[in-house]
Amino acid sequence: MKRDEIIKTIEGAELCPGNAGVVKVPLSQFRKVAEGLRYDKESPMDFLREVVGVDWGEEGLGAVYFMESTVTGETAALKVVSDDRETALLPTVSDLWKTALIKEREAYDFLGIRFTGHPDMRRLFLREDWIGWPLRKDYDMKSNPLRLDNEINADITREYRLRKDGTLEGIDHPIFGENDFVVNMGPQHPSTHGALRMRIGLDGEVITKVDPILGYIHRGIEKMNESLTYPQTLGMTDRLDYLSAHQSRHALCMCIEKAAGIEVTERVKYIRTIMDELQRIDSHLLFYSCLVLDMGAMTPFFYGFREREMILDIFEETTGGRLIQHYNLIGGVQDDIHPTFCQKVKEFIAHLRKVIPDYHRIFTGNVIADTRLKGVGMLSKEDAISLGCTGGTGRASGWANDVRKRHPYGLYDKIDFKQITYDGCDSFSRYMVRMDEIMESCRIIEQLIDNIPEGEYRVKTKPIIKLPEGIWTSAVETSRGEFGVMIESHGDKTPYRMHFRSTGLPLVQAMDTMCRGWKFADLIAIGASADFVIPDIDR
Amino acid sequence: MEVKKMAPIRSMKYEEFKNNDYLEGLVRQLNDEGAGVILTTVDRLINWGRSNSVWGLLLGTSCCAIEFMALGAARYDMARFGFEVTRNSPRQADVLVVMGTITYRTAPVMKRLYDQMAEPKYVVAVGGCTISGGPFIKSYNVVNGIDQIIPVDVYIPGCPPRPEAFYYGLMQLQRKMKVERFLGGVNGKDLQHEPNGKKEKGGDE
Amino acid sequence: MNDYYNLEALTSVIHAALCGVMPEWVALTIECVIVGVIIILLYAVLAVIMIYMERKVCAAFQCRIGPNRVGGKGGLLQVPADVLKILIKEIFTPAHVDKFLYSLAPYLVILASVFTFSCLPWNNGGLILHMNIGIFFVLAASSIGVLGILLAGWSSDSKYTLMGAMRSGAMIISYELSIGISVLTMVVMAGTMDIHELVMGQADGWNIFKGHIPAILAFIIYLIAGNAEANRGPFDLAEAEQELTAGYHTEYSGMHFGFFYLAEYMNLFITAGIATTIFLGGWMPLHVPGLDGFNAVMDYIPGIVWFLGKTFLVIFLLMWIRWTYPRLRIDQILTLEWKYLMPSALVVLVLMTFCTLMGWTF
Repeated sequence: MKRDEIIKTIEGAELCPGNAGVVKVPLSQFRKVAEGLRYDKESPMDFLREVVGVDWGEEGLGAVYFMESTVTGETAALKVVSDDRETALLPTVSDLWKTALIKEREAYDFLGIRFTGHPDMRRLFLREDWIGWPLRKDYDMKSNPLRLDNEINADITREYRLRKDGTLEGIDHPIFGENDFVVNMGPQHPSTHGALRMRIGLDGEVITKVDPILGYIHRGIEKMNESLTYPQTLGMTDRLDYLSAHQSRHALCMCIEKAAGIEVTERVKYIRTIMDELQRIDSHLLFYSCLVLDMGAMTPFFYGFREREMILDIFEETTGGRLIQHYNLIGGVQDDIHPTFCQKVKEFIAHLRKVIPDYHRIFTGNVIADTRLKGVGMLSKEDAISLGCTGGTGRASGWANDVRKRHPYGLYDKIDFKQITYDGCDSFSRYMVRMDEIMESCRIIEQLIDNIPEGEYRVKTKPIIKLPEGIWTSAVETSRGEFGVMIESHGDKTPYRMHFRSTGLPLVQAMDTMCRGWKFADLIAIGASADFVIPDIDR
Repeated sequence: MEVKKMAPIRSMKYEEFKNNDYLEGLVRQLNDEGAGVILTTVDRLINWGRSNSVWGLLLGTSCCAIEFMALGAARYDMARFGFEVTRNSPRQADVLVVMGTITYRTAPVMKRLYDQMAEPKYVVAVGGCTISGGPFIKSYNVVNGIDQIIPVDVYIPGCPPRPEAFYYGLMQLQRKMKVERFLGGVNGKDLQHEPNGKKEKGGDE
Repeated sequence: MNDYYNLEALTSVIHAALCGVMPEWVALTIECVIVGVIIILLYAVLAVIMIYMERKVCAAFQCRIGPNRVGGKGGLLQVPADVLKILIKEIFTPAHVDKFLYSLAPYLVILASVFTFSCLPWNNGGLILHMNIGIFFVLAASSIGVLGILLAGWSSDSKYTLMGAMRSGAMIISYELSIGISVLTMVVMAGTMDIHELVMGQADGWNIFKGHIPAILAFIIYLIAGNAEANRGPFDLAEAEQELTAGYHTEYSGMHFGFFYLAEYMNLFITAGIATTIFLGGWMPLHVPGLDGFNAVMDYIPGIVWFLGKTFLVIFLLMWIRWTYPRLRIDQILTLEWKYLMPSALVVLVLMTFCTLMGWTF
């Protein structure tokens, strides 16, 4: 195990409590350890799952790095702390993992930790003229009142470097080239799927650079969670990725259950798994609708929504909600399934199997669709891993990254299903992955729906849930990738830090890689095929 | 000639709507200011046109926008009511439909969109977040109600509202449009509304 | 030959009566005004019908009902309500635009469309602008529209409108070639550029039958290019909503936007109308040589019914395409035109010339 090796060889390294197996390494040794893990001969940790900035109060500011090897599946987690609160500096790892480029910006934005050597230290979610660092424990919530003056976005980024004598040096980089025609897209734009903004450098119609500007729907969920009790925090997950409401909530419930040692019944596992898969079908149908709409074909959009309404009916009968259901609870689900649930699900799946060929007939085989999607927006497997593009986008680049296979939860280790991967690396593969996953989800549900065991739909939990001290994590495969939860508990009834791994953030970052050299019109198709949901990115 | 209090909506009874007192207040104000025979007839024609052709500019930031898509799709089909066209250019839209949380970063953008719209313009606030900040009211980055920034005509509560609620809210907007005077501003909205603070009562609150 | 509904009798009676009570130039002026009013009314009414048809047709394709509440059953008054609303909507000029060009552009677009519109043969004797180079005039007048689009995009001082205008400029100018060549193909066959004679020449069978293979090929090329010329899907990338919000008319509001909107629909009508005139016999009823009884029955149907019927059939075809296909990309559109459509149009032209020379047409 890497963990034991690090503890043995690195002086001052220690294991933190919790199920995540986080190893705290001294700041001076961090960069060496990270490089060692990244370029390990047997199991190179090439997938950086998450960088979570944390304010540890007296101990200092720092970050937790979660990484995984795509070769062996081994995981590792590092914690590094800088005890200087005034000018907290950490060495960047963005040269080892591309995904750190955006994740370190997030940590900078929230906590004011500057990463030396990172080429683009700008704010990510908050206004560029924001004062203070909101996720610090000593942040004054009233320090930034509502302002209505237009925000001026910088055209240069700043890189910080440490000189030999220990002083800090700033170097400026321009974002766009001199001859770029910069077009602003969003936040109010019909095909950014929400309040996403991108600045696009164009040469004629050819894209030279995509610079996403996020935070137009940054609601500060992580900060709010720090003052909410565990059952209260559940409400926020549904509103992150509203098309994966069940799944995100499943992840948080699982994480709390794991930490508090609550065992759920078999029946709950069945219900949760079925609901997750229904949600996946729902989301993928919406993906189909939006992709075709963004490419200018209106009619198939309505077909997707027609079938989606049927799923919403099923959801509504059992959970009472259409889009946001609040169904999973700690220790089970809110209500038992509706008496006609199983029958309706079976009818729906039979119906879906009949209509999916129609979807393909109207769009997939279409000559215009083919030329617009095939070979467009390439994302190589190496890039997908380095950028951390999980979910269908990564699987379309040939990276088998399904959490349901890698770290099975629910009932996924007991059922037989295929992990859909394509090697095309293009928009068309990304589209086909989702379409095939609809059929695969149908198969999963069919295996479960007749065998739901009798039992409690919810186990009794203590009225006040307190988690033992430590760092706890869990991950699920949502409709668009790996959604992770990290809870740092100090033994209270509220989390000390609760972080969600956004599925969409790496995808937005990857837009630059995917779009360069393609036409402006392709950006829309590529964005739609990457399938991100903005509130999940911004949190 | 008096303006009748009814602002009829096909196949919905007057009594089935809530907040009728608000509408009656508008009618009373109209009558007090004197509604001439010709003007009233012209107004009625104009209002008929306006209320039956509500083109939306969508500012959908989160969940509510998905429910709005469901509204446009086949089962709920908002095309039936004259809300069919959504224009993506603020110049051509009649109503700004704000759906989802408005953060501090989005707020100036929303204000600008509102300013860019051509008169007459209306605003519908959809969902708890838009109306008051919703579940995120305590956040450091969320606007607690867009009526602090722009005047709102109709509030549609819910998280997210069901498509039926959307219809109810949009019908209330139609009713409001139906008791208006072409000359003399849109219900004197610009006079009534003071930015930052005073809440104008909407149809469905 | 159908003479029951010849409008020429009516118009000459009116002309004679007017000349009896006033000098001829006054009579002519009055007639011009009346005809002008009729054109504009017809233009507006047809646009309303077209928009309503588009909404209902797309609703039918999309398993929806479409407008059905405004103005009785079927939502017949939906579009008049829209028109009324847009008429009284504020027309507003942004601060940084080139004011003269900005205000000129919508009128250029609508002017081109009305000019072309007036050349359509509605009925026997119902041709409004009759000249011996009618087809040539149609092609020339329709090209003014692209000027309006380019001006709109340029003068609005917005990146989106500029991109929309550049796209549509490149596209429309390219596709005009194919349209010109495919129309020329039929002119070669018919031997005239006069719209009236072109229609009269189809009394013994529509051109698409008379010209058989080359005519059908030219018809297909014309439909594709005409669809592009009318800026409609899958070629609607000038105002590609999903990319450019509203394309070249993003900054226009009120009736100025309304002009673009109307012109867009009327260009579709004109495209279909010219297709009808050139390929499908205009107002000419369906005549099958040899079946005199059948031909006589067909003659009882007024020419305007034939014309509108055929035109709306072509429109339906184009709408069907519009609501089925995704949008093409700009380079793909230009590739399609320059590498495939125009060369094949040229080949068809040569083929048709050869056929006509050899007398292989009917």
